[in-house]
Amino acid sequence: MSTTRPGTVTDGPPPQTRHPGRRPVARGQGPVVCAVSLGGGAGAAARYGAGLLWTTPAGAFPWTTFLINVAGCALIGVLLAVIGELAAPHRLLRPFLGTGVLGGFTTFSTYAVDVQRLTEDGHVATALAYLAGTLLAAMAAVWAAATATRAVLLRGSAR
Amino acid sequence: MNWLLVLAGAMAGAPLRYLTDRAVQARHDSVFPWGTFTVNVVGSLILGILTAAAPSPLRLLLGTGLCGALTTYSTFSYETLTLAREGARGYAVANAALSVVCGLGAAFAGVALGRALWG
Repeated sequence: MSTTRPGTVTDGPPPQTRHPGRRPVARGQGPVVCAVSLGGGAGAAARYGAGLLWTTPAGAFPWTTFLINVAGCALIGVLLAVIGELAAPHRLLRPFLGTGVLGGFTTFSTYAVDVQRLTEDGHVATALAYLAGTLLAAMAAVWAAATATRAVLLRGSAR
Repeated sequence: MNWLLVLAGAMAGAPLRYLTDRAVQARHDSVFPWGTFTVNVVGSLILGILTAAAPSPLRLLLGTGLCGALTTYSTFSYETLTLAREGARGYAVANAALSVVCGLGAAFAGVALGRALWG
């Protein structure tokens, strides 16, 4: 039985951290963080470009952000259903396309601030329609896309 | 130049979302997706502050870029669907309702804060 002197780092148990058993969240995450960053940049650029192409007039229903969010939800439904069926998906596939591209493409903050702006400008009906419409359409899109993709993949593998 | 600002903000915002989600999810045992909830509410608050009156380049970098990529609708909806599928219907409804209510509250608070801040 060896005794451990205070301050010794060469033997004895490792120094206790404030949260024992928890590893730093960023350790070993370099490639994943890079993939998420690159994907996020691409997704956000696509969102910015769409906003420049189809600008929403003040007080109008924000169709561009609505369609971006609904399309992004449908795409993540397809993507994660496909990845779920792959035997050995590349470990950066989901971080790049899912967390990165689609995460950067869709946005919750613009949605929330658009509702705030519409409400403040007196377009309460539009704000409520946008608030509820995005939520319902996004949920329907991710559910329908994931279900349809799984059905197609199952039919394909049953052949 | 505008594109570069958006790109730079997003390339920081997306990994920040990923790492925040990991950090938050490592600190609780419930099935509730607190990580995505956190980034969405914080991002809505920051964007609210910025839209109040921040100068345009800052809005592109931190608003369209950083907050846009920090927050996400796709992961939010997918996690809600997963909760519903795995039988945690109550959690799914709670996640949708809480995210929308707190996100909106954060946006309103952010705009008020921004006005006080930017004068």
